[in-house]
Amino acid sequence: MANNIDNVVTQVKYTAKDFASDVDVKWCPGCGDYSILAQAQRSSPEFGELKENIVWVSGIGCSSRFPYYMNTYGFHTIHGRAAAIATGVKLANPKLQVWVATGDGDMLSIGGNHFIHACRKNVNLKIVLFNNKIYGLTKGQYSPTSEKGKVTKSSPYGTVDWPFNPIKIAAGAGATFVARTMDRDPKHLQEMLTRASKHTGLAFIEVLQNCVIFNDGAFSHLTEKDTRPENVIYLEHGKPMIFGANKDKGIMLDGLNPVIININDGVHSINDVWVHDENDTNPTREFILSRFTEVEGLPTPVGVFRKFNKPTYDGDYHHQIEDVIAKKGKGTYEKLMFNANTWEVK
Amino acid sequence: MAKSIQVIDDVTIRFAGDSGDGMQLTGSQFTDTVAAMGNDLSTLPDFPAEIRAPAGSLAGVSGFQLHFSSSDIQTPGDAPDVLVAMNPAALKVNLKDLRPGATIIVNTGAFDTKNLRLANYNTNPLEDNSLSNYNVIQLDLSKLTLTTLEDLPLSIKEKEKCKNFFALGLLYWMYNRPLDLTMKWLETKFAKKPDIMEANKRVLQAGYNYGDTTEIFTTRFDVKPAQLPKGTYRNVSGNEAIALGFVSASLKSGLNLFLGSYPITPASEILQELSKYKNYGVITFQAEDEIAGIASAIGASFAGNLAITTTSGPGLSLKLEAMGLAVMTELPLVVVDVQRGGPSTGLPTKTEQADLLQAMFGRHGEAPVVILAAQSPADCFYCAYEASKIALEHMVPVVLLSDGYLAFGSEPLNIPKFDELKEINVKFETNPEGFYPYKRDENFVRPWAIPGTPGLEHRIGGLEKKDVYGNISYEPDNHEIMVHNRLNKVLKVADFIPEVEVDGEAEGELVVVTWGSTFGAVKEAIRNVRENGKKVSHVHLRYLNPFPKNFGNVISKFKNILVPELNLGQLSLLMRNQFNCDVIQFNKVKGQPFKVAEIENKINEVLGGTNGK
Ligand code: SF4
Repeated sequence: MANNIDNVVTQVKYTAKDFASDVDVKWCPGCGDYSILAQAQRSSPEFGELKENIVWVSGIGCSSRFPYYMNTYGFHTIHGRAAAIATGVKLANPKLQVWVATGDGDMLSIGGNHFIHACRKNVNLKIVLFNNKIYGLTKGQYSPTSEKGKVTKSSPYGTVDWPFNPIKIAAGAGATFVARTMDRDPKHLQEMLTRASKHTGLAFIEVLQNCVIFNDGAFSHLTEKDTRPENVIYLEHGKPMIFGANKDKGIMLDGLNPVIININDGVHSINDVWVHDENDTNPTREFILSRFTEVEGLPTPVGVFRKFNKPTYDGDYHHQIEDVIAKKGKGTYEKLMFNANTWEVK
Repeated sequence: MAKSIQVIDDVTIRFAGDSGDGMQLTGSQFTDTVAAMGNDLSTLPDFPAEIRAPAGSLAGVSGFQLHFSSSDIQTPGDAPDVLVAMNPAALKVNLKDLRPGATIIVNTGAFDTKNLRLANYNTNPLEDNSLSNYNVIQLDLSKLTLTTLEDLPLSIKEKEKCKNFFALGLLYWMYNRPLDLTMKWLETKFAKKPDIMEANKRVLQAGYNYGDTTEIFTTRFDVKPAQLPKGTYRNVSGNEAIALGFVSASLKSGLNLFLGSYPITPASEILQELSKYKNYGVITFQAEDEIAGIASAIGASFAGNLAITTTSGPGLSLKLEAMGLAVMTELPLVVVDVQRGGPSTGLPTKTEQADLLQAMFGRHGEAPVVILAAQSPADCFYCAYEASKIALEHMVPVVLLSDGYLAFGSEPLNIPKFDELKEINVKFETNPEGFYPYKRDENFVRPWAIPGTPGLEHRIGGLEKKDVYGNISYEPDNHEIMVHNRLNKVLKVADFIPEVEVDGEAEGELVVVTWGSTFGAVKEAIRNVRENGKKVSHVHLRYLNPFPKNFGNVISKFKNILVPELNLGQLSLLMRNQFNCDVIQFNKVKGQPFKVAEIENKINEVLGGTNGK
């Protein structure tokens, strides 16, 4: 079993159908997960990998049923541990393209530790977090991303805990590709998945996902046609950050504070608007962007917040193995057992 | 004056001093020399629990015990015949373990008021007659060392540090061992520090000469080589042997070795050891926690590696849920538990055998695994190898139990030739024709189809599987079938493991049943009681789940079954349950291994007035 680190670029032409397994999909009708699945199947042919080299690993939760529906290799594991198991898969065979399907409870609560350490090490994984801000599979308890005061089955008087901001955690922990998208924006979702597939290093995508049963409408202000333009800002590299139904609002950086300006008010112009640079070498602006959802009045950014390259854990690990082999020669049983203080009994 | 040489069968020496006195090094040098001279041997270090206890304090005493012999031995010895005590604390801590009349070599240079106070001595034990039952040899090792090195351009501190080699040289003289191995070691070790090398060599020689020339010593001892089986030997600790066993299994099976682990006493050395073997393709993933350790290993197993995780009791508790996943997905995995005193943090540096039931029953649901336990440091090599073989060939998680006593104890391993190691047959499924992930062979083993194989894309997971097909299934009958499939697969392993052997008569008054590290003390105890004309048989279990096929029948032939364990009766419980037999328990939970004498006494008590005949 040699570890072949070269990426195989496929000559095979796949269609979305090739990535659909024959298992009946069992999410609730209307669940946002259907769209995520459909977009993953549609974009998979663009990933540039042979189907047999793609592995989807998941934890526990509604989102974690995902691997069963993808006609690739798949591993539905235990609660919270998907990132750790995926790390093992990737390290054992770096040739594989390893994806993680997970949810806000799975990855940010019980699996928080594995998540931050996978980000820290920059393991070459693609983590897709379905954030519906609720526990769906266990039928409606609040999650670590539920907003403060949320009334749920386990918080009849409202939660008193502050939520996590997944983008901030991923960026802070060292993820080298950080993006957000929405279940209800298929094209954008496909684009984010495809871009993540091309990134070398830990790619993190937060997908805002509607749970029709326990948290319906949590993102409707972002996803509905009439409110989306006012509430969502699409991050595009090299483009000024403008939004609004009339495309007249822009984000201006006043020092480190983002403020909304009207570019047609005669005072400001398009030239005052913050131009998004997803390759920014300094993470400061990424953090400012990540905080938009915590500041009243600012639109929710979707798109790639930042991406950069640094050596991956699995890459460096296998390089180290090659280096040591080059230096010491490939290990043999003789060297292993007899290259010590030995003595003979005759 | 001519000095006589007296030939003795065996001797137990303990080196004890401050953590900074180099006692482990002194002990291992003596061990290497003794080994090279063909003695059988067994060693056991005793590290202080605190990493940096204050110098001279009782908590800071570090010890190394070596038992060597002209015949086959199994333990590091009950009671030392010789103690080298580098300071008052070392004397205080170790005195109670010595045999009456033992020789004590003390470094008087360290017996000052401050050190005496640190060791809680109100009066100087060298002056108050409290050691009159021992043969006390008083030497100012510090002064003797400094005098030897007078003309060398080293600081007093650097010179003083060599004093352990004075003691070592003296012991080499006392036990008629040559200096050349240690001299050679010093030459390699300090090749870049010629002054330090020279100093240590001189001190070593001076210690040797001191024995030869002074009047203090009249007798030297010799321990003749043991009649060991032919072969090439090396000394191994249990942890080291486990690492070697896994790498060997990796080489034999042709699979890369993947270790997912989190540091924990007393198992960390396996991780450290394996991290050296990068040129063998070994991957050691030092994970963020115990759970990620096993989780990453399960991922690596899914991807086709020989996957293992190593830990101690508290870590095993954390891994149990993930072990259930390995049971459910029927992936090969070896989980090593180097047991320590529990529960909770317990006695991290001390030994115990109290995780057997955790390994057996710790998981939720019906989740059987294969369990092996190593019987000696050298046996750790074979157990790691066999655990890998079983896991890979039966697609099953295997728990390998070691313990703190085996982990740090050492003995010679007769190194097997590569082709003497059993074959490990691994076959990855590659044929899409008729492939189903849970289609079993006659041994209930499912195929191993790894990612990267075209046409075999499939999904596995922790939800119950449809028999054969592997899709999710909640059908009542199917669950029952699958629970039995997983159990039968484990039970079937009994067809592939050796039956137990009876040491002694096949029937009689008493059989002693052991597992794990109690093997050594019991084996020696039985040899001793037999010398006194008693009839006792011994059965040792290396496989605890499933039990070897003949085990129940073998023990049924004895009137009494004695089961000594370093727990409150865990194997006893399994035996009563499975064989409905009466068992006499003999339990000890002091964080210490059994002494040979304790077992002898118990055997005599069980036999009462009879001789077992
Ligand atoms: S409970 Fe919510 S998240 Fe789960 S499948 Fe139903 S709609 Fe989707």
